[in-house]
Parts: sequence; structure tokens; C-alpha cells
Amino acid sequence: MANHHDHSHGHDHHEEHEQLKVLGFWIFVVTDCILFGTLFATYAVMMNSFAGGPTGKELFEMPGIIASTFILLTSSFTSGLAVLAMNKGKVNELIAWLAVTAALGLAFVVLEVNEFTHLVHEGATMATSGYWSSFFTLVGTHGLHVSIGLFWMVGLMMQLKRRGITAVTRRKITNLSLYWHFLDVVWIFLFTVVYLMGVM
Amino acid sequence: MWEDIKEFASTFFVTGDPLIYGADVSIVLTILAIVFVLTKYKKWGWLWREWLTTVDHKRIGIMYLISSLLMLFRGGVDALLMRLQLAFPNLEFLHADHYNAIFTTHGTIMILFMAMPMMFGLFNMVVPLQIGARDVAFPFLNALSFWLFFLGAMLFNLSFVIGGSPDAGWLSYPPLSQNDFSPGPGQNFWIWGIQISGIGSLATGINFIVTILKMRAPGMTLSKMPLFSWSVLSSSIMIIFAFPILTVTIALLFLDRFAGAHFFTMDGGGNPMMYLNLIWMWGHPEVYIVVVPAFGIFSEVVATFSRKRIFGYKSMVWAMMVIAIASFFTWAHHFFTMGTSASVIAFFAISTMVIAIPTGVKVFNWLFTMFRGRISFKQPMLWTIAFIPCFLVGGATGVMLAVAPADYQYHNSYFLIAHFHQVLIGGVVFGYLAGIYYWWPKLFGFKLDEKLGRWGFWFWNIGFYICFMPQYALGFMGMTRRYYTYGWDRGWEDLNLVSTVGAFMMGIGFIFQVWQITYSIKHGERDTTGDPWDARTLEWSIPSPAPFYNFATVPQVKEADDWWATKQAKANGTYKPEPVHLEPIHMPKNSGIPIVMSTFWFLIGFGLTFGWVWMAVIGFIGVAVCMWVRSFQYDTDYYVPVDEVRRTEASLGRVL
Amino acid sequence: MTQHQNHGDHNHGSLKSYVIGFILSIVLTIIPLVLVMNQMMEKTALVITIMVMAILQFVVQLFFFMHIREGEKPRYNVQTLILGLVIVFTIVAGSIWIMMFNKY
Repeated sequence: MANHHDHSHGHDHHEEHEQLKVLGFWIFVVTDCILFGTLFATYAVMMNSFAGGPTGKELFEMPGIIASTFILLTSSFTSGLAVLAMNKGKVNELIAWLAVTAALGLAFVVLEVNEFTHLVHEGATMATSGYWSSFFTLVGTHGLHVSIGLFWMVGLMMQLKRRGITAVTRRKITNLSLYWHFLDVVWIFLFTVVYLMGVM
Repeated sequence: MWEDIKEFASTFFVTGDPLIYGADVSIVLTILAIVFVLTKYKKWGWLWREWLTTVDHKRIGIMYLISSLLMLFRGGVDALLMRLQLAFPNLEFLHADHYNAIFTTHGTIMILFMAMPMMFGLFNMVVPLQIGARDVAFPFLNALSFWLFFLGAMLFNLSFVIGGSPDAGWLSYPPLSQNDFSPGPGQNFWIWGIQISGIGSLATGINFIVTILKMRAPGMTLSKMPLFSWSVLSSSIMIIFAFPILTVTIALLFLDRFAGAHFFTMDGGGNPMMYLNLIWMWGHPEVYIVVVPAFGIFSEVVATFSRKRIFGYKSMVWAMMVIAIASFFTWAHHFFTMGTSASVIAFFAISTMVIAIPTGVKVFNWLFTMFRGRISFKQPMLWTIAFIPCFLVGGATGVMLAVAPADYQYHNSYFLIAHFHQVLIGGVVFGYLAGIYYWWPKLFGFKLDEKLGRWGFWFWNIGFYICFMPQYALGFMGMTRRYYTYGWDRGWEDLNLVSTVGAFMMGIGFIFQVWQITYSIKHGERDTTGDPWDARTLEWSIPSPAPFYNFATVPQVKEADDWWATKQAKANGTYKPEPVHLEPIHMPKNSGIPIVMSTFWFLIGFGLTFGWVWMAVIGFIGVAVCMWVRSFQYDTDYYVPVDEVRRTEASLGRVL
Repeated sequence: MTQHQNHGDHNHGSLKSYVIGFILSIVLTIIPLVLVMNQMMEKTALVITIMVMAILQFVVQLFFFMHIREGEKPRYNVQTLILGLVIVFTIVAGSIWIMMFNKY
């Protein structure tokens, strides 16, 4: 690769440019906050719009939810450990922690799919009421983000295998872990507002 | 089989109106002509290499500009059709349905597919040059933004001939925009056209924030940055916070239509009012997103053509930033009459009026800059001077609308129509035209003809007042928006006729401008100096048209209006040239992925518009593959060798 | 590519900070969970308490996982985040406030 890395200026340019991309990605994450904020606002307004249908309190099964909460929290921690391994320059350790993170993320998605299937069987779908529309959209958008993150993670593991830790892969891992922590934070609010307040 | 195809085609294509058949024919002929010319002159490769895959911000800017002028034409034709229909009472020129479709597409196109791309065009053409950068922060993303906008716009415009146009107003309020009242694909075209181009807008916002914050030339602190770049920063901040709201809002509307959700429905616990609440959280910042860059343009133009430093630089910056933040706290004034508590209305009425303060500060600053300046009335300055009284009246009627009790009288009347056209045409269109005339030589290397431009200018301006002043009166006389016709008994016929005459005068102004551009390509005054207006900021220090790498050496900035200071120092003999040290220039490589990926987005939009899930799935897979491929590309940039830089500069008349 | 390795020590946190963050997050998840499952408070107080816990956990992750204090200055990322949170608050609170009068 990168014969221009040998160039005396090439390295600076790259390092600098990778920093730009981290800032750009951070701003993207903030816009994603706005996106979730709007979904939360919709959920808050629709909180009691059951239209005679089932309520969250009747249908939520907390054990599964609690399990997925701790799974996602742990995966946020392991993605941090991946970054630590990267800073120590240990590619294999980094890939291993990413694999753990991805496995936990996958478990989370599977639990969510199970939960949605259960809800649909109980008669709560997108078309049931304003409440369930906003519930599925809010929770589903988060789940979609996690799923996209999984694909991204697999792609990055392949790139790490091929290229090792470079300025570029370092930036990508930094952004990925930022994204993953962000999704955990969103889940904390989801857990609090949707589930805890829902079963209160 | 043949019957099936015939039946499909009769619903798939829009039929039954001679206007549409005419449009069909002209679209097919135009496409054939383009294909013929490209094939005959063997230009396909050139088109692909130089334009469709380019990541150069200047070329992307030019493509934005061309697209936005085409959209201005389409939106303008819509406007003229409406004015024709309203010229006399009881006219049968357009049917009610057709009229509904036309006012919907007029509004949507003018804001989202004309004003936004024209603004992005100016961002792209100017900002990197003005801050002394080689390109934007993320050139690949920039190209992607353009193609997302372009294909979103094409998807929207396709509704004209395929499937049927949306007809629920430019913001598509439910319940009218729901399946019950708007079955068929028209409303879905609206959703997906905006959704796809909206993703591009969001990316552009991020791109320019990072560009401005991180890529300024050494020495250019934020307090020395030109005001246009400040205005772009302000506008981009609003974009990144407002556009996600739009994305969510119309996604929810789509879920209502597609998946039977109950967000904005009349039953099932839905609430149409929530849509108004959400869409205006985006919609109000949106109008400031488009107008603030115009403020930036006026600041550059006024300083240059008054040959004075801008008056009150700091207050200008302050005002733009206050407007950016305050724009997020006024949205409910768009639906005072919806019915909510008195305290909500009071809060939003006051916050709306507060916006007038920073705007007023800016107007005074422009006036004080002109005061005792040596003003030269070139085209950019003409539009700027025309802007001030126009925007002032538009702003004042805005404050009238903000008075909530009175708003119950004006709401959705022609008074409102006149108000927002006055701020959008007087502010945004005049501003962007001033900017286009001002920066045109930098992009194309020649000036636009003065004489034809003046004809255009006067037709636009006189036409504007003749068109919109009567509408204020019509509003007071009880004429509300979106009437497709009215009776003789209302007494509205005189003023409506006058208004129509004014609209056509603006149309003539536009024709003069098109003539002006085509004329100037051959006969326009060439710019050999790179600084045709004797201007003040960095973009004028390099040759026109700007070379693809912008600056041969990165400029060292010492003060605000650095290029002016350099010229003064040269005139005084105190200028100490820095030793020129050329280095290889780091540039991004072109890429075909943006246009391919945007085409897959188009498939997603088209598929979901007609409910063809298989097509949307193909689109989503295509988008994912494009992202995957791009992620695995590491060889995305190259270096321009010193020799090539030297040769290019020499060919532009600069010796290094 | 080994020249990058000395890079990380100063700006990407340590094992200690991740472990502290993780433990605090677990605690801040368990407390509201226990409070809600056992209905230990009156409703309004409970809502406020669990929201405070969620915000605290957000702050914990911001400092211990995302290392908000580190990185070069000026901290444009922090400024963007603060502004973004103000707007998120406006969207949520504003919607609730405006729509409160439109329930039917």
C-alpha cells in the first residue's frame, strides 16, 4: 500500500486528515442524537395513546429487557477494551475484543427480535395504536443502528487483519467505539423512558 | 398480456392533460438531444471523468448551480401557471386537482430543490477558496451529497409524468397527506424525493462545519474569517440540528402510509397536530438556513463595492450566531391557530419578535458600511441595494404576523403569502443572485454582461412589487391561499390581474438572465487579473478560473480582509513577499461511488413510492455494497507534483 | 507502521477508567431497576429519580468511556454536543408542552 507514506509530508497529512474525520463523525453522532430526540419526543406525546389496545405494562417482559440492557452495557465496556488494545498496538487482542463486542451486540439484536415477535403475537403491532407505532419506531431504530454497527464491525475486523493498526484503521476503530458507546447511551434512555416508566 | 401492459401504463404514466403530453414530448426530445450530442462528439468519457465522478468542490458547486437554475425554471413555470389561473375569476385554465399539484410542487421545488442547491452551490464555489483551503474536509462525501440531492430532485420531478404529482401542499399536512385523502404514489414521491436529498443536505452541513473549523489557512483565526464563511458556519449549524428532525418526521408520515402506523392519523390514537409540531421544528430553521448565507453574501458585496471594511464585524458574527440558535425556539408561530394554551402562544410570539433584533442590527451595519463609502453600482451591489428595502418590508410584515391575536386574522391569507415571498425572494433569491454575479468570474473566468443583467434586474424588481404588494391587500380582503379560483362577487379581480402581470415581469427578468449567461459565455468581459472587483478576501488572490488545487502555496493570513491588506501594502511599497516554496499537493482521487450509490438510493425511493418492495431491497443492498467497497478502499488520494503545479500556474499567467 | 504506537497513552484513557465507568454504569442501572420493580416511591418522585440516574449514567459514559475531557482544544466536539443536547431538550420538552393541550 501507501508508498506516499514514505513521503515526508504524507504522514502529517494523513494523521491530520484522520483527526478531521473523527470530528466529522462526532458531529454526525450529535445529529443522530437529534434523530433519537425527535423519536423520543414522539414517543412522549404518544405515551398514552393506546386507543383501547394493549398497554406496555401488560405486554413487556422485563427479564429479557434487563438481560439485553446488561449485554449492551458490557459490550460498550468491551469495545472500550478493544480501544485499549489498539493503543497498546496489539492487533490480535484488538480483533478479539471486537469479536466479543460483536457477539454481545448480536445477542442483543436476537433478544430484540424475540421481544418484537412476542409482542406481535400478543397483538401489538405497528398498526395497533399510536403508542405501539411510536414504540416500534423508537426501539426499532435503535436496533437498526446496532445491526448496522455489527456489519461495520465485521468489515473493520477484516481490514485490521489485512492492514494492521495504521492511522486509518485507528481512526475507524475510534469512530466505531464512539458509535457503540453512543448506542449504549441511547439504550439507557430507552430502558428508562420506555421500559421502566412503561411498567411503573 | 398486452391488455395488462396497457392497464399498467394507464395508471403508471400521468395521462389526460395536454400540458403533460407536451412535457412528455419535450422531456424525451431533450434526453435524445443530450444523448445525441454526447455520442456525436464522443463526450461520454469526458462527462464521466471530469464531472460525474469529480470530487472537486468547484465543479460540484457548478453542478449544483446548473441544477438549481433548472429547478428555478420549473418552479417558476409552476408559479406562472398559478398566476394565469388566478388572473381572472372563474377561469377554467387549470382544474382544481391540477392547481393543487402545482402549488405543492412550486413550494417544494423552490425551497428544497432550488434554494437549497443554489445555496450549496455557493458554499462549494466559495468557502474553500475564501478560507485558503485546497478542498472541503470530505470531498468524497461532498460528491455524495450532490448526487443524493440530484437524484432526490429527479425522483421528485418524475412525479410530473409518472404516477402523478403530490398535491397536499408543500409541507403535506396530514390528514390530507394520508392514504385516505391522497392515495396513489404522488405523496410518496414527495416523501422520498425530500428524504434522499435531505440526507445529502445533512452531510453537507457536517462537511462545511468541519471545513470551516479545521481547514482555514494558517493565521486565519475565527475572528479574521470573512463573513460569508461565518454565515455558512451559522447555516450549517442549523442544518445539522434541523435536518434529522425532517428525516424523522417524513419517515413517520411514510410509516403511516406504508405500514398503517398511527402517528398522524385521525384514529388509533394518532394526532395530525404532532406532524405540524415536528415539521415546523425543521421548517422554521430551514428558512433561516437559506437566508443567513444571503446575509453573508451581502456583507461581502457591500464591503467590496463600498471599498470599506464591513461596519460592525463582531456584531455581524454575533447576530448570525444568535439567529442560528434562536431559530430553534420559534417554530410554533406557524400554527398559532391550531389551538394550544395561551402561555405557549405568548412564548412563541415573543421569541419570534426577538429574532427581529439581530436582523435589524445587520441591516444597520450594511447601511453604515455604505455610508460615506465610494459605492460602485455593479450588478452584485444592485441586488444588494434592492434587497434592503424589500427585506425590511418583509421583516416588518413578519413581525405583524408574530402578533398572535392579529395572526388569527392573517393566518393562511394572501397576506402571509406576500410576506414569505418578500423575505424569500427579497432575501434569498436576491442574495444568491448577488452572490452568483459576484463570484461568477472566479469560477468561469469571465464577468456576466452588465447591460443585459440590468434589464433582468429591473424586470425582477419592478415585477416583484407589482406581483406581491397587491397580495397584501388581497389578504386583508379575505382571499386565502390555495384557492384555485374565485367569483366575480368577491371584488378580487383587479388586484389579482395586477399581481399576475408582475409575476410575468419576473419571468421576463429570468429570461434576460438566461440570455445574459449564454451571451456572456462568448462575449463576457474576460477576467485576467483574478481580482475583477478589487475585492478584499483570499479567493481573489488566485487566478480566475481557480486552478483545481486552488492555492499553489497555502496563504499565510495576518489580518481580516487579508488580500486587501496585501494590496494596500503593495501600493505603499511596504509589502514583503514571502519566499515561494512549492510542495507536492495532496489531492483526493475521483470516485464513481457517489453517483452509483445515489442511484441505488433512487431505486429505494422509487420502489417504496410504488410499494415495490423488491426494488427497494435491491436498492438497499446496492447502497450497502457501495459503502462496503468504499470502506475497503485505501488508495483514495494522490500528490500533484511540483512541476505540474508550476506549469499550471504559468498557463494561468502566474510565475512562481 | 509502528510509529503510531506511542500515540495512545496520553489521550485514550486507561483500563482503570473503563473499569470504573463500567461499575458505575452497572450500579446506576440496578438502582432504578430495583426502585421501579418494587414500586418503592411515589410516581412523580420515581420518574424524576430514574431520569436523574439515566442522565448520571450518560455523564459517566461521557467521561469514562468517551473521554470527553481529552483531545485537542478548542473542543468543538464538546460544544457541538452541548448545543445538540439543548436542542434535544427543546424538541422533547417543547413537543410535550405544545401537545399537552391537544389530547383528545
